[in-house]
Amino acid sequence: MNNILHGLAKSMLLALIIFGISFSLMAEDGHHTPDTTKKKFDAGKMIMEHIADAHEWHIATIGHTHISLPLPVILIDNGSFHVFMSSKFHHGLEAYKDFRLMTEGAYKGKIVKIETLADGTESISPDLPLDFSITKNVAAIFFSVFLMIWIFMSVAGAYKKNAGHAPKGMQSFLEPIIIFVRDDIAKSSIGEKNYEKYLPYLLTVFFFIFLNNLLGLVPFLPGGANVTGNIAVTLVLALFTFAITTFSGNKAYWLHIFNAPGVPWWLKLPIPLLPIVELLGIFTKPFVLMIRLFANMAAGHIIILAFMSLIFIFGNMHEGIGLAVSPISLAFSIFMGLLELLVAFLQAFVFTLLSAIYFGLATEEHH
Amino acid sequence: MELVKPAIGLLFWMLISFGALLFILSKFAWPAITKALKEREKSIEEALHLAETARGEMKKLKFDNEQLLKEAKEERDAILKDARKIKDSIVNEAHNKAHLEYERMIEVAREGIKNEKMAAITELKNQLAILSIEVAEKILREELSKDKKQDQYVKSLVDEMKFN
Repeated sequence: MNNILHGLAKSMLLALIIFGISFSLMAEDGHHTPDTTKKKFDAGKMIMEHIADAHEWHIATIGHTHISLPLPVILIDNGSFHVFMSSKFHHGLEAYKDFRLMTEGAYKGKIVKIETLADGTESISPDLPLDFSITKNVAAIFFSVFLMIWIFMSVAGAYKKNAGHAPKGMQSFLEPIIIFVRDDIAKSSIGEKNYEKYLPYLLTVFFFIFLNNLLGLVPFLPGGANVTGNIAVTLVLALFTFAITTFSGNKAYWLHIFNAPGVPWWLKLPIPLLPIVELLGIFTKPFVLMIRLFANMAAGHIIILAFMSLIFIFGNMHEGIGLAVSPISLAFSIFMGLLELLVAFLQAFVFTLLSAIYFGLATEEHH
Repeated sequence: MELVKPAIGLLFWMLISFGALLFILSKFAWPAITKALKEREKSIEEALHLAETARGEMKKLKFDNEQLLKEAKEERDAILKDARKIKDSIVNEAHNKAHLEYERMIEVAREGIKNEKMAAITELKNQLAILSIEVAEKILREELSKDKKQDQYVKSLVDEMKFN
C-alpha cells in the first residue's frame, strides 16, 4: 500500500513538473487568433480534435491562449531530415522552413510543404513530407512503455528479492492480474503444453492495452491521449498477433486451412471455395482485432466528449440552459467514464483472449 | 475519413516502441515473474502435500496407538481373566483340599471315636465282667443257698448289661 502511495506521489510530482514546464511555455505561446468574434461551438470538430493525434500536447485553452506541451517534429522530405519543436508552428499559424501545420481543409492536422511557384504565389506541394514526428500519441506510447518497463522491472525485482514470501505493494496489486492472464487466458485457450511460449506476448499486450485504455481516460497529462483508439496502434498490435499466429502455425493448422479434413470434396475442387474462405480468415481475424479495439475505445471517448459537448451546445443557445443541462450531462459523463473503466479492462481482455485463441488454434494437435 | 487512416509516423513509432517493450519485458521481467510465481505455487503445493501426508501419518500413528492401546487392554483383560481363573482354581483346589482334609480328619476322628468307643465298650465290658464277677461273687456268696431266684436274678442282670 505504502509503495503504491509512494509511486502515486512520485508520478503526480512528475505530472506537476511537466505541467509547470508547459505553463512556462505559455508566455511564448500567447498568440491571439485574428478573429475576436465569438466562435460558434462545433461539437463534432471538438470531439474529432480530441480523439485525433496531434503535434502538440494540448492542455487547455484560456481565452485565445493555448496551453500545450510542444513535441518534436521529425520530417523526412526528399531524403533529408528536418527536426524541430512543434512550437515553431505556433499552433499552425506560422510556417517554419517551408513547412506548415494545417488546421483546416483537406490536410487538416498534417504537416505540408509550401512551394513557391514561379509567379510568386504559394501552394501546397501534393507530395507530403514523411511525418515521423513524436506526436501526442507517440509521446503517450513512450510514456506508457517507460511506465510499464519501470513497473514490471521493479515487480520482477520484488519477485527476486521477495522469493518465497507473500507479495508486497505493487507486486500484490499486479499478481492477480498476471495470474488471471496466465490461467484464464493463456492456459485455457492455448493449453498446458504450449502456453508458456506465448505468455510474455499475451502479458505485454494485455498490460499495454489496459494501461493505455486507463491513461486515455485520464483527462490531463500524461493521460488523455487516445492511444488505443487510434487505428495505427491497434494495427501494430494486430500485426504482432497475426505474425505470431502465422509463424507458430503447425502442420495441422495449415492442413486445416488448405485441405480441411472431413469436408466434402466439391468445396475444394474445382473451385477451392473453402481454402479461399479459410485463407481470408487468416487475415480477417487480426483485422477484426484491430477494428474492435480501435472502434470501442474511440467510441467510448466520443460518447464521453459528446455528453460534455451537450453543455456547450445548450450553452450556445442560452447560458441558463447550458447551466441547467450541465448536471445531467456531467452525470452521464461520469457514468460513461465508469463504464469506460470496465471497457478498458474488457477490451484488453478480449484482445488478449482472442490472440490466445488464435495461438491455440495454430498450435492445436489434431488426432 | 481521417480516423481510419493509419499515420505512417505513429505506425513506425508504435512498432518500434511496442517491439522494444515486448523484447525488454520478455527478456527481463516476465520470465522472472512467471518463474517466481510457478516456484511459489510449487512450494505451496508441496507444503500442502507434505501437510496432507503428515496428517495421514498422524492418523496412522493415532490408529496405531489406538490399536496398541486396544491390544494392551485386551492383554490386560486376558491376564486379569487368567489371574481370576488361576485364583479361582487355587481357591477351589484349596477348598477341595481343605474339604478332603476335613473329611479325612473327620474320618480319622470318627475312627478314633469308634476306636475309643470300642475301647470304652471293651473297657466297660471288662468292667462289667469284673462287676458281674463281683456281683456274681456277692450273689454267689449270698445265694449259695437260694437257688432258683438267684439264678433268675443273675440272668436278668446279664441281659441288662448287654443292652448297654
